[in-house]
Amino acid sequence: MKKFRQISLALGSAAMLGVMGVANAQDLVVVSWGGAYTASQQKAYHEPFMSNNPGVNIINDDSAAEGISKLRAMNEAGNVTWALVDAVASDAIILCEEGLAEPVDHDALLAPAPDGTPASEDFGNLIISECFIPSIVYSTTFGYRTDLVKEPPTSINDVFDLEKIPGKRALEKRPIGNLEWALIADGVNPDEVYNVLDTEEGVDRAFAKLDTIRDEVVWWEKGAQTPQLLADGEVVIGSTYNGRLFSAIEEEKQPIAMMWDWQVFDLDGWIIPVGGPHREIIGEYLRFATDTQRLADQAKFISYGPARKSSAPMVGKHATLGIDMAPHMPTAPANAKNTLLYNYVWWADRKDDLTERFNAWLAR
Amino acid sequence: MNTSATHSEIVKTADGIPLKVSLAKAQRKSRIRGILLVLPLFAFILLTFFIPIFDMLFRSVENHLVPEVMENTSKLLVNWDDRSGELPSEEVFAAAKMDFEKGHAERTILRVGRRLNYETPGFASLFRKTARRAKNFEPPYQDAFIERDKRWGEIDTWRLIKRESGAFTISYYLAAMDLAYAPDGSVGMRSETQRIYLKLFWRTLVLSAFITFLCLFLAYPIAHLLSTLPIRTSNLLMIMVLLPFWTSLLVRTTAWIALLQQEGVINDLLVGMGLLSDDGRLAMIHNATGTVVAMTHILLPFMVLPLYSIMKTIPPSYMRAAKNLGATPAVAFIRVYFPNTVSGIGAGCILVFIISIGYYITPALVGGTDGTLISNFIAYHMSISLNWGLAAALGVILLVVVLVLYYLYDRIVGIDKMKFA
Repeated sequence: MKKFRQISLALGSAAMLGVMGVANAQDLVVVSWGGAYTASQQKAYHEPFMSNNPGVNIINDDSAAEGISKLRAMNEAGNVTWALVDAVASDAIILCEEGLAEPVDHDALLAPAPDGTPASEDFGNLIISECFIPSIVYSTTFGYRTDLVKEPPTSINDVFDLEKIPGKRALEKRPIGNLEWALIADGVNPDEVYNVLDTEEGVDRAFAKLDTIRDEVVWWEKGAQTPQLLADGEVVIGSTYNGRLFSAIEEEKQPIAMMWDWQVFDLDGWIIPVGGPHREIIGEYLRFATDTQRLADQAKFISYGPARKSSAPMVGKHATLGIDMAPHMPTAPANAKNTLLYNYVWWADRKDDLTERFNAWLAR
Repeated sequence: MNTSATHSEIVKTADGIPLKVSLAKAQRKSRIRGILLVLPLFAFILLTFFIPIFDMLFRSVENHLVPEVMENTSKLLVNWDDRSGELPSEEVFAAAKMDFEKGHAERTILRVGRRLNYETPGFASLFRKTARRAKNFEPPYQDAFIERDKRWGEIDTWRLIKRESGAFTISYYLAAMDLAYAPDGSVGMRSETQRIYLKLFWRTLVLSAFITFLCLFLAYPIAHLLSTLPIRTSNLLMIMVLLPFWTSLLVRTTAWIALLQQEGVINDLLVGMGLLSDDGRLAMIHNATGTVVAMTHILLPFMVLPLYSIMKTIPPSYMRAAKNLGATPAVAFIRVYFPNTVSGIGAGCILVFIISIGYYITPALVGGTDGTLISNFIAYHMSISLNWGLAAALGVILLVVVLVLYYLYDRIVGIDKMKFA
């Protein structure tokens, strides 16, 4: 059965390869999220690396959203064509546990900070898996229409307060983040959120809190939906990735403002696929693209915070808008008064059953 | 050649071979040539369609991971009586230590943890926690395991491993039908808060049937008009039917969002005309209404085209004859015209129904919470949760439901009555 499966999958991926064209020896297929995010990587990492290494050609593949399933299919077929994959932290954990991502020695592979601090200390607790090389910190936070609310929301409680903020709100169609916010808004001590969620009553309590706004919620699945819903006036407040809100506010000049209270931090970074090609060049690329300067450079193009501590003081102005980027980072002190780094280990256990419960709750 | 005259004689060709044999030979040759011509297509379909689908469906029952990675443990657990109320013997714990150590080195043991986590949340972290330390465990291993995590001292933990250590499993099918094992091994409904799939199957069938009905309701007059108008006008109208058909699906779906949303064109018009108050705007998208409207629009050509091709073959003289014989227009329609279009209705309905039952992109974009279909959950389990076994089980159930409906259709209406052109 296994052999037969390998053959059938190999044929499938061979067909895919035929469509894409056969890669040259020095072509690196780098998988990321597309759009403004890939553009920022292209400017900050790929272009300088390619001009330093004339023989290398980086090809962007925008299929990170289906990254884990495609990687598993390629792996089963024994034909991994991706050299490097950009993944969110929770997916990196799954890929690592499924044996699809390569464990790395961060200090051996990555450059130390300019002052000599080893990479593992510079990234600190953001290295949440032995397979994961963090590059940015982003957050899921709220944006609201300044012209459609009577008084601006100031805390997560306001999201759940239909009297203070009447109208529709957009939340992500998954339990992660929403359950935590519901409990915090219900008065649970933020440090205790996961302890409370560990009990059946705690989960019931979170869903009961979500019940209070259930009829007023538009559920989004793609990060671009909330800015669109806000721009159309379909919702008055909504959660999404902070970078999306930044471009809606600063680039498209929409009447939207940020509400950073209890933003949920998440990480995005690189994993090396098991069995992927061009290991040597990938090692060089990663050492270059995750050094202090490069991570700081990326923030010129998109408002996500660099994952290295040493990069923070080097964040400058936006490349085209010319505005100072430091205050727009989710990690900026004014924005980061109340933050939650979501508990990857806890969610790795509970994602399956709570997602089912969440979907059952939605379908009710 | 007169066969009746030479009745008893065997007709032979010039070289003395009976004509029948010679004819059969020649026919066999051309048949083989015919088969050779379709062989590439057959091989293509086999390799790119049947084998991958069979492979995917097979995943709904196969369970090689647990018995392969926990080889020693699962062999010994066969002899452990899970109703005895006692933990497995020290021997089993020793085997588990070996499996964990080997699985950690080969990076396979955590996959077992994730697999068992589908059954009982918590196994992923239990395996993660144990795998890291297993190589330092000292005998007695039972104590070492329990010291690492007290769940190893619970009988339910071992019961689950024993239950899922066979080469095949039905647990994906149980999950797909909102059933679950109780800790004692009996099968029962899941708790009220976790039930979802039966509801989704039902919703998928009901919405698909409703969409099919709407398509028929809208397409029948259009097809009739197309088939009776002069060719010049009907061609123009036909292009208007086909134009949306050629437009990108995403564009059409997004256009419906712009039209139907609360701040959208239709609501603005209704508010502007004073039919609605500004805060009483209708919610027509991100719910079942949105799915029905957008899918009816998208699938309409699939109904119009088979109906049109059938209606085109009905001579106008039939209706004239019926009226001439004294039928009112209504009676003529019901007793003459309509029965002649049944084969087109059958073809169109089955086409629209089967396409909509597996529809995925449109409900994902406009379905909100009560307009998403079972295929959206299959996609979720394929690409997000990576629970391919459950995705396969849901897919098999959907396939069986469609085949049963198809069979019923054949018994009631008859497949041979179905005509596409």
